[in-house]
Amino acid sequence: MVLLPRPTPGPVPSAGPSSSLSRCPRIPSPGGTLSPLPGDTSVLAGLYGPAEVKGSRESPDGATVEVLLRPKVGLPGVAERSREQLLRRTFEAVLLGSLHPRTSITVVLQVLSDAGSLLACCLNAACMGLLDAGLPLSSLFCGVTCALDPHGDIILDPTARQEQEAHAVLTFAIDSAQRKVLATTTRGSCSAEEMQRCLVAAQRAADTIFQFYRDCVQRKYSKS
Amino acid sequence: KENCRPDGRELGEFRATTVNIGSITTADGSALVKLGNTTVICGVKAELAAPALDSANKGYIVPNVELPSLCSTRFRSGPPGEEAQAASQFIADVIENSQIIAKEDLCIADGKLAWVLYCDIICLDYDGNILDASTFALLAALKNVQLPSVTINEETGLSEVNLKQKNPLVIRKHPVATSFAIFDDTLLIVDPTAEEEDLATGTVTVVTDEDDRLCSVHKPGGSPLTGAKLQDCISRAITRHKEVKKLIDKVIKSIKPK
Repeated sequence: MVLLPRPTPGPVPSAGPSSSLSRCPRIPSPGGTLSPLPGDTSVLAGLYGPAEVKGSRESPDGATVEVLLRPKVGLPGVAERSREQLLRRTFEAVLLGSLHPRTSITVVLQVLSDAGSLLACCLNAACMGLLDAGLPLSSLFCGVTCALDPHGDIILDPTARQEQEAHAVLTFAIDSAQRKVLATTTRGSCSAEEMQRCLVAAQRAADTIFQFYRDCVQRKYSKS
Repeated sequence: KENCRPDGRELGEFRATTVNIGSITTADGSALVKLGNTTVICGVKAELAAPALDSANKGYIVPNVELPSLCSTRFRSGPPGEEAQAASQFIADVIENSQIIAKEDLCIADGKLAWVLYCDIICLDYDGNILDASTFALLAALKNVQLPSVTINEETGLSEVNLKQKNPLVIRKHPVATSFAIFDDTLLIVDPTAEEEDLATGTVTVVTDEDDRLCSVHKPGGSPLTGAKLQDCISRAITRHKEVKKLIDKVIKSIKPK
């Protein structure tokens, strides 16, 4: 399980232990709790795969990626399905699925708390999960949210309040190889020039996030 | 022949777009859009409801995109699949982001009565580029909607609907979607057919309005794109918007007022 609190400007808090069915899971001790701090966005990512896939969904060319996004309250609805599609296609773009044909790779994302920038948090959690599971990837990716406030300034990783007051909120999935855009989704309207400015800011912020991934993985392997 | 697609189009060429307005007489507004072979029909039905408690002065717009099994063999009958749900969410986002209709305009009496516009978008023939066709059908259908005037009788407190006096909706913005298929990080083709979509490694949909503002840049995963390529998509979307707007204005003008 990868617990990724919402990044605040500056160093990002550490992620919790990870698990996947392909290796021995390291669950937190019964005495310990995985409680996110109030005001944080937390998403738990569980990776299962490469595993068996049933019947017609089996693909001889590569792995079948499945994403399940569970909201904090209520049943998954149309909005969750739309996000699942975005996440699935993002993973399919980076995953070297042809190395595992006729298998399924399932990513389960559980929203623990939502204080803004949720989709970016899901992307980051899933990437760390994919890393932890040891699946072959062509590049890493990260999610960055930019909000355009009424003055036209860019706010990175906005809180829920800032997202509401902003006249546009753009979320980008940036890849680690060449900082290209893997996925984008927008809310509200903005000009093309503002979008480009946000993209540039997001590409720069991606550097911080990729450094955070390195630190996490380094920490994990240096312990044992 | 190079730089040519299976149906003979150039890489940046759109299919023939036709629109037919007002074909469904039982609906309050309707439009049929054909983008090449892709056929999408949108019907708008208006009903009355009480506004939500936290937004007492707003009505509702409820879009629903259906991809029934009759439009393509890839869709099975039963509950809506992922593509239909994702398309519905996309249309809902476009309505919200572009403010095509101000929800305040749908309110009849604060806290008591408001219009609910059920926009049902049904695909009759799926040949790719469902998002563009659906957005266009929705826009055309909303322009065609005529709402009866409603008054609230002060004595009884009931609403009275006057079917003889109808008013059109105030359409504030005209969002138009332009979709591209990405092949292997380098090639971008506009208005993909179903065959091209299946072979593509990614898609991008850009929705612009008449002020050249971006209502939505929808890239659900797929091959990565540089910022420059994305900008290229946006510029082409802005050009496409002008063509579509001209078409829709022409059609609206050609309808004889009832």
